[in-house]
Amino acid sequence: MKHTMKLGLAAALAIAGATATASAQAPKTLDTVKQRGSLNCGVGTGLAGFGQPDDKGAWTGLDVDFCRAIAAAVFNDPQKVTFKPLSAKERFTALQSGEIDVLARNSTWTISRDSSLGLAFVATNYYDGQGFMVKKSLNVKSAKELKGASVCVQTGTTTELNLADFFRSNKLDYKPVVFEKNDEVVAAYDANRCDAFTTDASGLYAERLRMKNPDENIVLPEIISKEPLAPAVRQGDSQWFTIVRWVHFAMLNAEELGVTQKNVDEMLASANPDVKRMLGKEGEFGKGIGLENDWVVRIVKAVGNYGESYERNVGSGSRLKIDRGLNKQWSQGGLQYAPPIR
Amino acid sequence: MTIATDHRSTPEPAGGTARPSIASYIYQRETREIIFQVVLVVAIVAFFYMIISNAAANLRARNIASGFGFLKNVAGFDISQTWIEYSNVASYGRAFMVGLWNTVILSAIGIVATTILGFTIGIARLSSNWLIAKLAAVYVEIVRNCPLLLQMFLWYFAVLKQLPEPLSRVDGVVKSTSYALPGGALLNTRGLFVPKPEWLPGAGYVLLALIAAIVGVIVLARWAKARQLATGQPFPVMWTALALVVGLPLIVYLLLGRPLQFEYPVLGRFNLSGGMVMLPEFVAVLLGLVFYTASYIAEIVRAGIVGVSKGQKEAAMAMGLSKGQTLRLVVVPQAMRIIIPPLTSNYLNLTKNSSLGGAIGYPDMTQVAGTINNQTGQAIESILMLMAVYLTISLLTSGFMNWFNKRMALVER
Repeated sequence: MKHTMKLGLAAALAIAGATATASAQAPKTLDTVKQRGSLNCGVGTGLAGFGQPDDKGAWTGLDVDFCRAIAAAVFNDPQKVTFKPLSAKERFTALQSGEIDVLARNSTWTISRDSSLGLAFVATNYYDGQGFMVKKSLNVKSAKELKGASVCVQTGTTTELNLADFFRSNKLDYKPVVFEKNDEVVAAYDANRCDAFTTDASGLYAERLRMKNPDENIVLPEIISKEPLAPAVRQGDSQWFTIVRWVHFAMLNAEELGVTQKNVDEMLASANPDVKRMLGKEGEFGKGIGLENDWVVRIVKAVGNYGESYERNVGSGSRLKIDRGLNKQWSQGGLQYAPPIR
Repeated sequence: MTIATDHRSTPEPAGGTARPSIASYIYQRETREIIFQVVLVVAIVAFFYMIISNAAANLRARNIASGFGFLKNVAGFDISQTWIEYSNVASYGRAFMVGLWNTVILSAIGIVATTILGFTIGIARLSSNWLIAKLAAVYVEIVRNCPLLLQMFLWYFAVLKQLPEPLSRVDGVVKSTSYALPGGALLNTRGLFVPKPEWLPGAGYVLLALIAAIVGVIVLARWAKARQLATGQPFPVMWTALALVVGLPLIVYLLLGRPLQFEYPVLGRFNLSGGMVMLPEFVAVLLGLVFYTASYIAEIVRAGIVGVSKGQKEAAMAMGLSKGQTLRLVVVPQAMRIIIPPLTSNYLNLTKNSSLGGAIGYPDMTQVAGTINNQTGQAIESILMLMAVYLTISLLTSGFMNWFNKRMALVER
């Protein structure tokens, strides 16, 4: 009895001590990144146009450019990025646990991810929607004809949920074939394990290039969901959130104001007050978000403006040749709209 | 000696000449033992408290939801293989149960199959036939030295994907291209489709006949053993039992006018529909697990048999037992005592290795929990659930095997 009491007292003391150490303040992400000397960026395991290592092992893609832009803004060196390839299943845990500083991995912005995951999506850098791809030989013209089909899909994605919803609301049955990695999904579809393959439309176009016979596959016209693909950071660090969000806006503003990778040095002499503010000739806007005032110059020099990055990676300058569509500037009838720098 | 014991176990009476100081109290062995134990317990409690409270504090600080409430929410995703009722409007908890059943059934079938294969190969390796022994040796050395995941990929992508597509379209004419197997079963890239039995009224009697036959066999086996012990006359139990178990239900089935019909798989727009399907993912995982684990079991069996001293075999032969009887009655029962403990480890390994199935799209518990984790973001809860369930399955398996081991050990004379 006496021993039990002693034991309890000691345990209580130990617990009190432990509680005191548990509530240490997390350091600011910007300071951590600067101290480390490189940005840890979570990307996909290989999706053409968005994030894929090329034959020399250098990462390219729209999401990759976004991380390089952040590195350029922080370090003035777009190469100071460590890319961490993550499967759909691993990505959010990697961000939550601090293994990466920013997740730029064609991830859909949803309310549940904003709330229960403790993530903060910064801004949509690609407006997408989910579609289906089938073999031409099946002679299918619409996704609504897919009754009884086997559908290959990647696990842990909004795609998986939309797929279930689509077939349920259209009262059709289907057979899901679920894989963890995108490569396995594509391999299984290509090997005829499934009749249809579903993912974001951009992904369908990208993956079609990897099929044995790309021309034998068609993308069906239906877009069954909204997929605003957005980079994300951890909640609770508003400084870092602001920086990452404004890197995207800077790229959009640069396009809108006609500042390109090529002409950025000439534009430094521009008389346009919008350009002057953006490029740091007027005001202290870069310092205001914790960076240098020439932050936009650095970004544009490194990766170009949003339009340039788009065309180079997924648009007319790439093998994917995806139309800008919803991703045009607001002034061109698209949805990409950046708040002004002032 | 006696004095020392007294000193340790009973405190000095209050009216002693020297009052015990604190120092001497501490130097007592009993006190020290207690102090060390208290320190250890406190350290362990503090350690776990620290990691738990630290995790909880971090989750709160990062606005990540925690707790097990999410299990009641609607899952929203589908699962390709379900043994229990499930749809995408069922809860996360239900989805986890589906994954649990997929793991349990895969492991159970795998354990039975790998035991049969492992024993066969283990015995084959000791065969006096040079070719059989060498083939078994080659099998063991190749299979156990390649990573299991690689073998699963091989079964899935290299072997099963060589199967034909379910149908072909030539000028709009749809033709079935599956391999037709006996009994109306069809094999193609989408899996093995077998006719689904549907019981009609009266089928219960067939089941009853089967149970009666099994009971009959048990009674027969006891009687035969008693007779042999008493008179030395053996009885062909094996064949009689086989005839009873197969014959009795068959006679009842025919007498009742075949109260069973089959739903055959038929060709649909894309796939075969109807019947029962064994998914290629399931087959690939099962084959991978069975062949891999069997290579270990074969070695264990070989070790067990070699471990039985030669004299035992010679004595059995000298008593006039046949080669088969020697193996069955003398060698194997003794070998089992050596075999069972490492066999248990391999059963546990098989169960845990089934978690690799997710890599080739088999919806086992790990894969489903991973999906749940991803859709809800509750990593710690999902992992805890997984760990608890695997631990439970493993403890149950090893509990059963320990019981079985004790039973076998009692045979010793």
